[in-house]
Amino acid sequence: MIWQLDLFLLVFVVICALAAINVKDLLSAVIILGAYSFFMCLLWAEMGAVDVAFTEATVSAGVGTVLFVAAVFKTVRRSKD
Amino acid sequence: MLEYILAKYNFWIYVVLMMIGLYAMMGKRNLVKKLIGMNIFQTSIILFFVSTGVKKGGATVPILMGHGHGHGQHLIQVADYLNPLPHVLMLTAIVVSIATTGVALATLILIYKRYHTLEEDEIMAIRKDPSAYKTLG
Repeated sequence: MIWQLDLFLLVFVVICALAAINVKDLLSAVIILGAYSFFMCLLWAEMGAVDVAFTEATVSAGVGTVLFVAAVFKTVRRSKD
Repeated sequence: MLEYILAKYNFWIYVVLMMIGLYAMMGKRNLVKKLIGMNIFQTSIILFFVSTGVKKGGATVPILMGHGHGHGQHLIQVADYLNPLPHVLMLTAIVVSIATTGVALATLILIYKRYHTLEEDEIMAIRKDPSAYKTLG
């Protein structure tokens, strides 16, 4: 575990979380949440939890993003806050 | 005080992530934003638990390597490997979190079919006064 890489990835994760809850377009928020999951996956691979990183990359960043995008297309795309 | 904060910097960042998720669940009015906040909250807790398995001093991933030839010459040192127990538990937590997200999205689609909006205040206005349904939707 290299602490420079750790800190860099943690800062990126916090930026992605703040952007995902502040952007008004719901499709953009969902895609930013996918990027958040991907940075989380890199963080776990760097911490030595390789199996958790695999599962996060396939299940959360893959299937989760697809489910969110499908739900946004079935409902409404604009958000008031 | 500053050294105390800097020595455990990753824990403080986990707390910041958890507060971001909690704010999105409580402060945002859109239901999809609340769900995104719930996802952020869950992943921050999973991140905390995985980080408790990390050991300092060159410990690697828990895969057995290079002990096949000698007969018991190299003993397996526990300190050389990370603790795999939090990893396995959090694997289950990730799968459960995607299941809850799927059920929540299905409920969201049903709510949209009934009220034609996903904003919490508009749904509350329609529930309080059903004649507002025409003016809003």
